[in-house]
Amino acid sequence: MNKKIENIKKINVSKPLKLDCGKTVNNIPLAYETYGKLNENKDNAILVFHALTGDQFVAGTNPITNREGWWVTAVGPGKAIDTNKYFVICANVIGGCMGSWGPGNKNKETNQSYGLNFPVITIRDIIRAQESLLDHLGIKKLLCATGGSMGGMQLLQFCATFPDKTFSAIPIACSASHSAQNIALNELARQAIMADPVWDNGKYFLKNTQPKNGLAVARMVGHISYLSEQGMQEKFGRKLQEKADYEFSFNADFQVESYLRHQGNTFVERFDANSILYITRAMDYFDLSKQFNGGLVEAFKSQKTKFLIISFSSDWLYTTKENKDIVIALNASGADVSYSEIVTDKGHDSFLVNEPEFLKTLKGFIDSMYEKFKK
Amino acid sequence: MKKEFKVIADLLPNDTRVLDVGCGDGSLMNFLVKEKNIEVRGLELEKQNVQDCIYKGLPVIQGNAETDLYQFPDQSFDYVVLSQTLQAFYNPDKVLKELLRIGKSVIVSIPNFGYWRVRTSLLFFGKMPMTNTLPNSWYNTPNLHMCTIKDLFNYCDNKNIKIKKVIGVNEDKISLIKKSNLEIKNFFSKLGIFLIS
Repeated sequence: MNKKIENIKKINVSKPLKLDCGKTVNNIPLAYETYGKLNENKDNAILVFHALTGDQFVAGTNPITNREGWWVTAVGPGKAIDTNKYFVICANVIGGCMGSWGPGNKNKETNQSYGLNFPVITIRDIIRAQESLLDHLGIKKLLCATGGSMGGMQLLQFCATFPDKTFSAIPIACSASHSAQNIALNELARQAIMADPVWDNGKYFLKNTQPKNGLAVARMVGHISYLSEQGMQEKFGRKLQEKADYEFSFNADFQVESYLRHQGNTFVERFDANSILYITRAMDYFDLSKQFNGGLVEAFKSQKTKFLIISFSSDWLYTTKENKDIVIALNASGADVSYSEIVTDKGHDSFLVNEPEFLKTLKGFIDSMYEKFKK
Repeated sequence: MKKEFKVIADLLPNDTRVLDVGCGDGSLMNFLVKEKNIEVRGLELEKQNVQDCIYKGLPVIQGNAETDLYQFPDQSFDYVVLSQTLQAFYNPDKVLKELLRIGKSVIVSIPNFGYWRVRTSLLFFGKMPMTNTLPNSWYNTPNLHMCTIKDLFNYCDNKNIKIKKVIGVNEDKISLIKKSNLEIKNFFSKLGIFLIS
């Protein structure tokens, strides 16, 4: 796996990056992937921001895991974000574990992985690092930027920090600040990891291992929050897992248990426990209104970007109300904003699955924006 | 584009900011953007209409005029347009107040319940009127608060709302409505279009 990671596309972020925690870092690696072709006018570029456990491999096959890219439902040839027409870019977030600078990287000073010596980063640090990628690719202004969940949070930060970098933006199922419930769920995930003795204060890498049990539980917590009550009930109900009756044990009797265990177990093969700690922390610290003294309206002041906010009716992690608050702030700042709520029982995960209404909206907006933006 | 929209478009000066409440599939907004360089925003309840607007690249917010107008700041638009939906609200009084809060001026159009065909339907046939501006039966009409041009005229007077212009529409003919010709125009207009502030 490590050998494959060496071969993925990377840039060196050479300009000094002043992190929100106060530290300044130089020459950090940023891994990325692109799909489709940048046209001559360079007006067909779409930047995708990935969610908590995502990576840069949006479409096609992920070369590291050999599984499908995380957004194949939306991105690819002939898809809503059509790579025959658009040039799609996605970078692995810093703090992540798919080639970008993260807690698993070697600290040049100690010649050991950072572990907990990695600085605590923020969503703003993440997008500032990614901005260098646009310079590297020679893109002055994006046609569109989009992302769901934490990807949407990065996008809001990106628009607030760089008001003139994208012609249009589609934040999906996200929020402008992490709610108490969001923080609580992330804390649950972190505590699960830290309660695993293998975690060893983040130094598990010295023994070349992972706190698999804790990390799997963290993933289970996440998975529950990505589904809706109704969706879960319909999919699993009280169905038993390949058995006729209860086993009177603590094995996975119910299908829902088996599903969660499977999700947990496969996740530990592809994700680093310390990365979860760092990225969830960045999400918890995210509060766009706090950054701007006047609140959220101030954050979007002088926006020329055309926004489309999308929420999902059954999403209880980043609710319609939270998404509407973004719309209200954009309206109050006079920005160009559209809003659509997709009615679905697929919960927060709706943006990742085949939800035709959502994909149609996405495509309609991007294509109409391209008509306006193209030179 | 239908006659009503042409009349409304003529009332709107170029290069202004307009909120179209109940913007439908965006046909009025599309016209205003292309022909008058107007900066538009739409509010629309119906999902399919919202999508149609998005496909046309028109900014639209999915929402309900009775509950979602609060999100627009005071006097943030030069004009707010409400086409033939006032009568369908639970609380038209409250919605009108909201429109006047958001817009420096407001254009409201209503199907006129004082139109002679409506009156004769009730008077001579004893039946709830059905016309092309009031196409539904009594049991499935979305209209909860029907009013006449005269009613809305009096309403504005009573509430100290300034009436800048009232236009009556009957098929292809349009005419200016004033206090002096209110009775007759209230009889012969299918549709009333009010410019108020």
